[in-house]
Amino acid sequence: MKMDIISIKPILAVLVSLMAAILIVVFRDYRNIREFWTISASIIKFTIISSMLPCILTGNTLYYELFSVLPNISVAFRVDALGILFGILASFLWILTSIYSIGYMRSLDEHSQTRYYAFFALALSSATGIAFSANLLTLFIFYETLTLSTYPLVVHKETPKARSAGRRYLIYTLSGSVILLFAIILSYSIAGTLDFVNGGFLSKSTSITNLQILFAMFIIGFGVKSAFMPLHSWLPSAMIAPTPVSALLHAVAVVKAGIFGVIRVIYFVFGSELLLDMGLGMALAYFVSFTIIVASLFALVQDNLKRRLAYSTISQLSYIALGVALSNPNGLMGGVLHFVYHAFMKITLFFCAGAIYVVTHKENISELNGIGRKMPITMSMFFIAVLGMCGFPPTCGFISKWYLLLGSAEANQLLLIIVLIVSTLLNIAYFFPIVLRAFFKKPAKQNGIEEAPPLMLIPIIITALISVLLGIWPDAPYSFFHIVRLMEGYI
Amino acid sequence: MNIIQNLPILVVIVPLIASFCMPIIGLFRRRYCFYLTLITNFLILIFAMLLLNYVINQGEIHYYLGNWEPPYGIEYVIDHLSAFMIILISFIAFIMTIYSKEDVENELPTNAPLFYTLFMLLTASLLGIVSTGDLFNLYVFLEIASLSAYTLVAVGKKKDALIGSFNYLIMGTLGACFILIGIGFLYLVTGSLNMADIALRLPSLYSSHVVHAAAIFFVVGLSIKIALFPLHVWLPDAHAHAPSTISVFLSGLVLKVGAYAMIRVLFDIFTVEFFVNTLPIAEVLSWMAAIAIIAGSINAIAQKDIKRMLAYSSVSQMGYIALGIGLANTPGIMGSLLHILNHAFMKGCLFSAAGAIIHKYKIRNVHQFKGLGKKMPYTMAAFSIAAISMVGAPPFGAFFSKLFLALGAIESGKWIFALIILISSLLNAAYFFSILERAYFTKLHDEEIEEAPISMVLPTFILAMGCIAFGVFMFILEPFLRDIATSLL
Repeated sequence: MKMDIISIKPILAVLVSLMAAILIVVFRDYRNIREFWTISASIIKFTIISSMLPCILTGNTLYYELFSVLPNISVAFRVDALGILFGILASFLWILTSIYSIGYMRSLDEHSQTRYYAFFALALSSATGIAFSANLLTLFIFYETLTLSTYPLVVHKETPKARSAGRRYLIYTLSGSVILLFAIILSYSIAGTLDFVNGGFLSKSTSITNLQILFAMFIIGFGVKSAFMPLHSWLPSAMIAPTPVSALLHAVAVVKAGIFGVIRVIYFVFGSELLLDMGLGMALAYFVSFTIIVASLFALVQDNLKRRLAYSTISQLSYIALGVALSNPNGLMGGVLHFVYHAFMKITLFFCAGAIYVVTHKENISELNGIGRKMPITMSMFFIAVLGMCGFPPTCGFISKWYLLLGSAEANQLLLIIVLIVSTLLNIAYFFPIVLRAFFKKPAKQNGIEEAPPLMLIPIIITALISVLLGIWPDAPYSFFHIVRLMEGYI
Repeated sequence: MNIIQNLPILVVIVPLIASFCMPIIGLFRRRYCFYLTLITNFLILIFAMLLLNYVINQGEIHYYLGNWEPPYGIEYVIDHLSAFMIILISFIAFIMTIYSKEDVENELPTNAPLFYTLFMLLTASLLGIVSTGDLFNLYVFLEIASLSAYTLVAVGKKKDALIGSFNYLIMGTLGACFILIGIGFLYLVTGSLNMADIALRLPSLYSSHVVHAAAIFFVVGLSIKIALFPLHVWLPDAHAHAPSTISVFLSGLVLKVGAYAMIRVLFDIFTVEFFVNTLPIAEVLSWMAAIAIIAGSINAIAQKDIKRMLAYSSVSQMGYIALGIGLANTPGIMGSLLHILNHAFMKGCLFSAAGAIIHKYKIRNVHQFKGLGKKMPYTMAAFSIAAISMVGAPPFGAFFSKLFLALGAIESGKWIFALIILISSLLNAAYFFSILERAYFTKLHDEEIEEAPISMVLPTFILAMGCIAFGVFMFILEPFLRDIATSLL
């Protein structure tokens, strides 16, 4: 029997990084102590979240209500399979990103590092809050704080270009939030509750048209952060942020928060049954497959490495949305696995891009001739991640893509299968030239091997190895696979 | 007789006496005026806390002036709503007294006794408005408040202040006339000036045209007082040119007390039944409010002078409060009341931060705010908190007031208002983030920290903490506001 266990752990997990943000500001003049807080907070956070895992794996959920705002609306936390998946993912990668950040920020001797670390910690608090929200209102609160805490990271460079990227980021995300909040208020007036319920709290008693409009508003609201086209253009311009920010926030925490919201809406607000009845699941699947293809085409023509990675992210996020929109077990499995696997692969790619920038100060792909000879370890890891992105075995990208294809086949959607295959070809088309250029083209001048500092190199190796490990041994004990298995009950 | 029972009058009479003492004390030592104000306001704050505590635990307090029973004599009634307003007024007044020390020395060095006289008079009259249960008494205090406000605007050094004050005087007097006519009409048909008594006699007269006219006079008169668009034209000049302490007072309290008067008149005297069904006042009010919300924000975007920008933002924010009144349902009223509280703190914080910036760097143009975040870290931190709260981002206070208002709009089936509330957040974001962006994310070469004096920064910071606290501890406020809302409806 499934139980709601009252536990304070979800709140602790949120508060850890909030406290860290305060301590970081307090110890701003002692950079080693300041960085100590970042690292220890990330480790403590990961420990707290993973300590909840055994309980979740037995099918229970953890619950804690802070206070009620209105009748039937409270600020409350519930940790379920989906929540802990996102929580573990974000907190684990935060440990690696913190280590990487120290190497990156110190090598480049960046300004305003205290602000950077403090807002990074706040962003992680918000991401954890989103993961563990028990209802739409709580989710919205953390969704907004995530927006606001990421803004200073986007404009970190303080150049006119960074400011305009920040402005664009705010315009997109805040407009999305307005639509999202409106949808939330409408749902409350329809259903009288906002609590996530497996199978959805909205029912057919409302008119179909209203529900369709509501669903569209939810998708637009969450779609901004999920970077669905045409709501995506903030993401490539946000690449002006320091690379660790792009790596953890703009490939994992922020964008996945959007996708996370989409999953919550599909399975916990509407319910897959209601959506399939109204034909909205397939509509969403086709809507995002447009993004999958077009974003890949955009990626082909980008010369800036981080921008190319950003367009790749846009395309890959829609894979996840495609899988969950199919509303069948394999599709969901593929989508949610891709949610995790894409994070490991894409963070590796971004880490590599950052390492290249630190060593050579080069950002454009056309300048990367022969970089593989100069930075062999970095570029090998880059190659592994590229293989994953293109879905080659034995990397984990193969597994998630396999399930996505199975799901599409199960739903009898030939067109979606074609979309997935074409996009794989496009992935190869925009990723392989980078690798080829790095290893086979002659550099302008040969300087011998020069790698990034170990603080940056170690996280790169760890994430790349995990991407492979998840591919060859996906069902290792306590691995993500088991968590995803629990979600079969959602359908 | 218990001292608590006498507090309703003490809370008004003490600042009034202090105000009369001020010029005399000013003759001997100018700076003693500040200390007298500080002590008086501290005393009132304690009174206010006692009152609030008593009202929550024991219920309403009725005080008969000179022991004349109503409806013949003047009655002071402290219910939940009054206690809520009293604590708000006395808290802001106390905080701003601390703030005023440097501000007055800087902006009006020679006029300190005059300033504090008027300051205490304004405080006394605001407290009078919210404590009285007598309609004519309310008018008298409203006029005292307005007259002292006109003078306080004009006390500034510049000529613009005089023009601002004069416009304010003309418009304010018009509003006062309307209110007086409204009172006269009501007296004509009911023969009473006691609010509870009038409310008792009115229902049988709902079809009377005199009552209709009275209601409309009240609403228009009070709309001028709360600067409801398009009757707001006096506000930007008055708020922008007043000394910073007074800007806080005008935006944070004088407007709010006008909103209080509107709530009292509409809900307690006329009842919801009358102004929703008999006359379409609620409908008109909410539409005007909706226009105010948008128009105020758009005007604010166009401003370069920080204080004018904040003043236009007040026009927009008063729209929220008026909208909640117009919706006339529980979430709507709760939203209005919560926004009265939140806006008093947010706008108070923003105006006092702006005052600190003007005090330290003599800059008013927001384009010159470059790098301020590094030069004045504490002031700008407070400013940012209040600004983000204004935008309506959770978990700050204004998020919940906007949420309640939006829920109220949906509950009464007018989703368009909910949409307007949400969209206006974007407009707020447009002008506040452009300031924050300049202040924090512009590279400057001279980044020496030079803060305003602590007596200005501390009050600003306390107000900012309020913006956070009302969001995070909203659940403590919620049952209290719900009580008020249900008692009004």
